[in-house]
Amino acid sequence: MSATSYGWLVLAFPVAGMLVISLGWRWLPGRTAGWIGSAAILGSFIASIGALVEMQDLPAEERHLVDVAWTYAATADFRADVSILIDPLSVFMCLVVSGVSFLIHVYSVAYMGGDRGYARFFAYLNYFVFSMLLLVLAANFVLLIVGWAFVGAASYLLISFWYRRGTATYAGIKAFVMNVIGDVGLVIAAFLLLNETGQLDYLGMFERAPEVFEQNDPTIVWACLLILVGAFAKSAQLPLHTWLPDAMEGPTPVSALIHAATMVTAGVYLIARTFPLFDLAPTAADISAVIGTATLVFAATVALVVTDLKRVIAYSTISQIGYMVLGVSVAAYSAGLFHLMTHAFFKALLFMGAGSVIGAMAGIQNLDRMGGFRRSMPFTFITFTCGALALAAFPLTSGFFSKDEILAYTLNRGSGFVILGIAGYLAAALTAFYAFRMVFRVFYGDAVPEAKELEEGHLAHGEPLNPMTLEPEDTDVGFPGPEHHIAERSWPMKFAMVPLAVLALVAGVVGIPGVTDTIEHFLEPTFEESTYAADHPSESAEWVGLAAGGIISIASIYVAYVFFIRRRGITLELRDRYRRLHDFLEHKWYFDELYDAVFVRPTATVGSFGRRVVETDFVQGFIVGGATGIVRVGTSFARAIQTGYLRAYALLLLLGAAGLLLYFLISAS
Amino acid sequence: MWFEQVMFFIAALGALAGALGVVLLRNPFYSVLSLVAHLIALAVLFLLLQAEFLAAAQVVVYAGAVMVLYLFVVAYIGGADEPLGPEGGALARLGPLFAAAVGIELCIAFAASGLEALDSQGADVGTGFGTPGQIGQLLLTRFLIAFEAASFLLLVAAVGAIVLARRRRGLEEEGPAVGPRDRGPRETAVEPGSPARETEVLNVRV
Amino acid sequence: MDVIWFLVLSAFIFVIGAAGVLTRRNPLVVLLCLELMLNAGNLALVAFSRMHGGEAGQVFALIVMVIAACEVVIGLGIIVAMYRNRLPIDVDEMSELRG
Repeated sequence: MSATSYGWLVLAFPVAGMLVISLGWRWLPGRTAGWIGSAAILGSFIASIGALVEMQDLPAEERHLVDVAWTYAATADFRADVSILIDPLSVFMCLVVSGVSFLIHVYSVAYMGGDRGYARFFAYLNYFVFSMLLLVLAANFVLLIVGWAFVGAASYLLISFWYRRGTATYAGIKAFVMNVIGDVGLVIAAFLLLNETGQLDYLGMFERAPEVFEQNDPTIVWACLLILVGAFAKSAQLPLHTWLPDAMEGPTPVSALIHAATMVTAGVYLIARTFPLFDLAPTAADISAVIGTATLVFAATVALVVTDLKRVIAYSTISQIGYMVLGVSVAAYSAGLFHLMTHAFFKALLFMGAGSVIGAMAGIQNLDRMGGFRRSMPFTFITFTCGALALAAFPLTSGFFSKDEILAYTLNRGSGFVILGIAGYLAAALTAFYAFRMVFRVFYGDAVPEAKELEEGHLAHGEPLNPMTLEPEDTDVGFPGPEHHIAERSWPMKFAMVPLAVLALVAGVVGIPGVTDTIEHFLEPTFEESTYAADHPSESAEWVGLAAGGIISIASIYVAYVFFIRRRGITLELRDRYRRLHDFLEHKWYFDELYDAVFVRPTATVGSFGRRVVETDFVQGFIVGGATGIVRVGTSFARAIQTGYLRAYALLLLLGAAGLLLYFLISAS
Repeated sequence: MWFEQVMFFIAALGALAGALGVVLLRNPFYSVLSLVAHLIALAVLFLLLQAEFLAAAQVVVYAGAVMVLYLFVVAYIGGADEPLGPEGGALARLGPLFAAAVGIELCIAFAASGLEALDSQGADVGTGFGTPGQIGQLLLTRFLIAFEAASFLLLVAAVGAIVLARRRRGLEEEGPAVGPRDRGPRETAVEPGSPARETEVLNVRV
Repeated sequence: MDVIWFLVLSAFIFVIGAAGVLTRRNPLVVLLCLELMLNAGNLALVAFSRMHGGEAGQVFALIVMVIAACEVVIGLGIIVAMYRNRLPIDVDEMSELRG
């Protein structure tokens, strides 16, 4: 089978899974829906491997295959097809997406057990994976936008999965609205590009673009900036990042899959895919790099102080995606995508571990209430620590090689980028610190009651509460089920977490500079025409950068150790001393309040003004009331005549007759 | 000549007096009688205009039949003496005013118009003018359709009057299968002299 | 006789009848006044017929008499129905055809 046929198979399996589950859920007992969903994604993964093998058989110049399934529209100026593109970049993304999705599906089989929306969950998950794969396999902007929108819809459905929770539905709406802002940017960008180049197809457009645009032509800069709007909305970068922490309202597997490993990386993929356009608009690429850096610093500072476990990981995601955006903006495409892959591994792992811990806490997510789970949950502890080590870029972990490679490339670009690089190293220090803040707070220290119970063998079973508002809830449909699952007791969860832990530790081996560089070579056919293709940092520079990163990481972990284990009360003292700074950070730099004041309140005011004045007073009162009032006044004379009295009618008759007579008299004289 | 003029004035005065009596007398019975007098005066006027047949018809049909019918109904219904003076408010006070206005207009039309023919005595007519023979011939030749239509109208009116004035019985007394005409006139369980019986008699007449 | 006298008389009778229709409250009397107006019309018709020498006016007057009779019959039927249904015999009370 050819590579493109494998490509279609990659898309077909999740669709089939979704259809089977959504149509046949009544007849699927117990956890069958979950296994069907997982099998569908496994099929996708195997098909991706098939595509990889087939593609690698071809010589390097031919490794971009386009297959058209159906031509949607073909006119003289415009052509839109349903077509997929098999090239190293898309195959890379397919492998990462389908591989990690498969493991998360298996994890969810156990994690979501007992939830009344079990089949619905897996249908939504399969739909999401299909949309994401469609997005990365698309060969033109039209299909990309279709996949983009589908992914947004899937995200909404999954964030508000426990739909009876008010907080969850608000979070879903917030995510969707911000995603739509990005969608608008992307669509306008596509229009601009179509207008100038006459193409929507990637390969055709990338060939045409250098002929049509000059360097930093305003149109191409605007188009790239609009693409960035789309990318930043999807990848939760400043200023469109506020939806991601709230999206933690969804179940933990959703957070792991969508908001760590796959959907939020769509923006990074988009920037990498449209790299020829960014080559022509260095201004846009620079803006992207600056925003990426700003985001990664911002998110790292906030992750230092938030107390909800999942939100720490969420801010960590925002920060790490900032690294990826920085990477692809400085033309370190393979480095950025390498970090995308390793991040998918360790972030999904961290979320899975967090899910296990939250299960042990019977739904409570507050870090302040956790502690001492080391003895009762050894498996979770070990896997979580593996993820944290990779996140902190501890030497020789996967995160070490990927993140520091990005920073090495950044510094290599010189001039202003040095500042960005230094900011990156600073944030790396913060990253290591907060990663181990989590580890030490959750697993070390005195055991909380739930941990003690677990040591004795009882899984804690508290009252079902909303983790954010702590209101009591139901366990009916639309709420989490009554069961809690921890990794120690479910083999599917273990089955999913072990490969990720291993990969988090050793996946760096494919990116050792100078030694393997596998990713770079693999992705070369896609990116070889980049302007900066030859702009490598030298090997020695890379090793120096790696060493610096390693030292920073170890030092930060040690500082975290001191703060949280040796001198335990120090964080509280610091908080009291720097109360204002702490509050500023804890309120996420007041972004939510800012948006509320600038966008939400005025819109609500306009809306209520519209309802009160325009609708009620003006339209109902003036226009409608006025029209009927005029009719009423105009006919009041006619109505007054209809008295019902016979004599009045007779009088009117007589008057009429008199009038007629008068007329005849006058006209005759 | 002078005889005609004298007769004219007497008949005119009688007609006007009758008309005023209809309008001004309070008791409806007296109004009816006043109209009868008016009609007879009008019959005299018709004779003066050499419309013999019409004068006879007026007396026999109009004053004789229609007014008797009126009398029956007034006797049946009664009607108290109305108080003098209109009580319908401004509307009723305006009525005579506008009527007077119409009257003035008509007079102006007659007097001030240049109708020369109105000064004359009228056309020369033969001896057969206004006789039943002449009228009958016209009715059956030139005005046949009007004649037939009028007779048809009479039929319709008769049927209509019967339908209007029949006694409607409530359905709950007898059940749905029974119509209101099931009881023949003999089985109507009413005492003689009651209004129902008189009306039945009236219906037959009409 | 001048025909105009008859016409003037007819006009007066018509006006008196109109005033009566507008003024009286008993529907029987209203119908009577209506008869007055019709008779006034009859008089005018006959006068004009005498004036022109044709008998068409007299024939018309005859037809008018027929119509007046029909109208009286129906009107009286309505009044009798009103009486039967115990409604007040007063034109001002019968005001349900209001707008």
